Amino acid sequence: MKKTLFDKVWDSHVVRQVENGPDVLFIDRHLVHEVTSPVAFLGLKNRGIGVLYPERTFATADHNTPTINQHLPVTDPLSANQLNALEQNAKEHGISHWGLGHEKNGIVHVVGPEYGITQPGATIVCGDSHTSTHGAFGAIAFGIGTSEVEMVLSTQCIMQPKAKKMRINVNGKLNFAVTPKDVALYIISKLTTSGATGYFVEYAGDVFKNMSMEGRMTVCNLSIEMGARGGMIAPDEKTFEYIKGREFTPSGAAWDKAMTYWETLKTDEGAEFDKELNFNASDIEPMITYGTNPGMGLGISQCIPTAGEIDGGEATYKKSLGYMAFNEGDDMIGKPIDFVFIGSCTNGRIEDFRAFASIVEGRHKAPNVTAWLVPGSHKVEAAIAEEGLLDIFTEAGFELREPGCSACLAMNDDKVPAGKYAVSTSNRNFEGRQGPGSRTLLASPLVAAAAAVTGKVTDPRELMEETAN
Amino acid sequence: MAYDKFDILTSSAVPLPIENVDTDQIIPARFLKATERKGFGENLFRDWRYNNDGSPKSDFVLNNPIYSGQILVGEKNFGSGSSREHAAWAVYDYGFRCVISSFFADIFKGNCLNVGVLPVQVSSAFSDKIFAAIDEDPKTELTVNLNDQTVTIVSSGEQETFDINEYKKNNLLNGFDDIDYLLNIKKEVQDFAQNTPL
Ligand code: SF4
Repeated sequence: MKKTLFDKVWDSHVVRQVENGPDVLFIDRHLVHEVTSPVAFLGLKNRGIGVLYPERTFATADHNTPTINQHLPVTDPLSANQLNALEQNAKEHGISHWGLGHEKNGIVHVVGPEYGITQPGATIVCGDSHTSTHGAFGAIAFGIGTSEVEMVLSTQCIMQPKAKKMRINVNGKLNFAVTPKDVALYIISKLTTSGATGYFVEYAGDVFKNMSMEGRMTVCNLSIEMGARGGMIAPDEKTFEYIKGREFTPSGAAWDKAMTYWETLKTDEGAEFDKELNFNASDIEPMITYGTNPGMGLGISQCIPTAGEIDGGEATYKKSLGYMAFNEGDDMIGKPIDFVFIGSCTNGRIEDFRAFASIVEGRHKAPNVTAWLVPGSHKVEAAIAEEGLLDIFTEAGFELREPGCSACLAMNDDKVPAGKYAVSTSNRNFEGRQGPGSRTLLASPLVAAAAAVTGKVTDPRELMEETAN
Repeated sequence: MAYDKFDILTSSAVPLPIENVDTDQIIPARFLKATERKGFGENLFRDWRYNNDGSPKSDFVLNNPIYSGQILVGEKNFGSGSSREHAAWAVYDYGFRCVISSFFADIFKGNCLNVGVLPVQVSSAFSDKIFAAIDEDPKTELTVNLNDQTVTIVSSGEQETFDINEYKKNNLLNGFDDIDYLLNIKKEVQDFAQNTPL
């Protein structure tokens, strides 16, 4: 039978199928962080059981960590308690732990690929919905709840029904200043936040073929925002090149053996999907969101639709615009903003900081803007310095913070105050996501950079053309 | 984590007719700092329920004494966003045992099933009927019968069936969880692990 990429990876990990029930799925790699794991470890304790394969689980602290003065003790007692719990639990069960201050520390979905934990054809889970990021390597990767974290710790399996299959093809050539983030926000704006619920998505077509691994991670990361369980892209030369030689990547004979498996990881010609969607690259322009879910996005040069123009509940739509204090028909360009956040597992990798630097170079941070530049990991932080981007940022009046999730979910002190507007490269613009009462506009690093130097929503193409001339 | 068995529940319901309710609304991230599973109900819908100074917002449904019960009736795409199981814990801890919606986000639905909250997916038409009935009489009772897989508006007798797989149904009826099942097949898992490619 002809199989999709998703079928191949899923089916080869099914330990057994429960009659009229879910599949028992074997998990190759498990990532844990401090927020969604403590209750799972407590569960093990209450049951009097241990971790079955500690070498398959990797722990990092990221959600709840400060992004300045990481060398000092964490002042918030609740956060400190959670970080300690992770360290103790990891130690007790023999799990590797990249805590605060560790050279490998960073956002769980940034460090996984950096160290070669993420590999094609693997099943990867984590108690965080953006685990879908790892699908960029041709892995099946998705977020799980804490009960499932406990299952994986104790039995290396979870129980889930197999998702339906969707393929999203984007063909053609991307326009000037259109980044992977824009491609994803565009797709979500077409599908809505529930358009892919129940599906696992495979991204295919020229646009993804030509995309860097960082870009593919950005796209797969955002799969969850269209409701999908996860998203994946078939591994190719670019993938193998990226993972080769990383610490946890196989080497020597093991590499050759792995390659034999990895090279089979593509959808067979004629394999069937439950749903297939096609988009043209040329239709996409730099995107920005205007509402309180990631599906409420539009091309930056457009104006906010009226309630009559959108599908779905009018009351919900009006509530959302009310929260943002925007009006139907408003232009997005020119809207004043207060904060800029570049970071998160969506856009906190080196390529994102390069893009940000390309616009802020030779310009200056707008005086009304507070900017948080937060690298996804120490590795990214080091690369920013090595490539000279740090000097560009400093000259332009920006400071670089230390790695972590930061204002993506604002569990630490990096909170956008009530009523303030933030252009963010992260993934969610829900009410209060970046701090109680905060208002988030999701966008690419280029759009964020344009906002950071002008203090308002600005089309990055204008500044880029200015630079070119 | 053990939870109470679920078989038949008859209760009035709390209506929340807002679409795309995400888990950041159900429980905001700043309340995820606990290392134990308790007390999450206090912060259920925190920012919709309380003002910044901690006083209750009178226009939010949980603060309206005419609505009560162990069933929460939500709108389309309930529970989208973050995978935090804390959202399902908060729903359970507040006292809800069942959430009804015409469309659930995947992870939230799975999390509910794992912690003893029954997610009941109904048609949009039936969901509209439930909202209308509660609108007319806030004390409207609903009966959710897991064994028969039915949900009934008691006053009118209108009924609809809902889907749930046999395995999960059996777990909820008996208060079992997946770990009990997985621990029982540990040997099979270990044999499987020997032959995984990675
Ligand atoms: S950066 Fe945001 S989305 Fe990514 S892991 Fe951290 S909190 Fe989750």
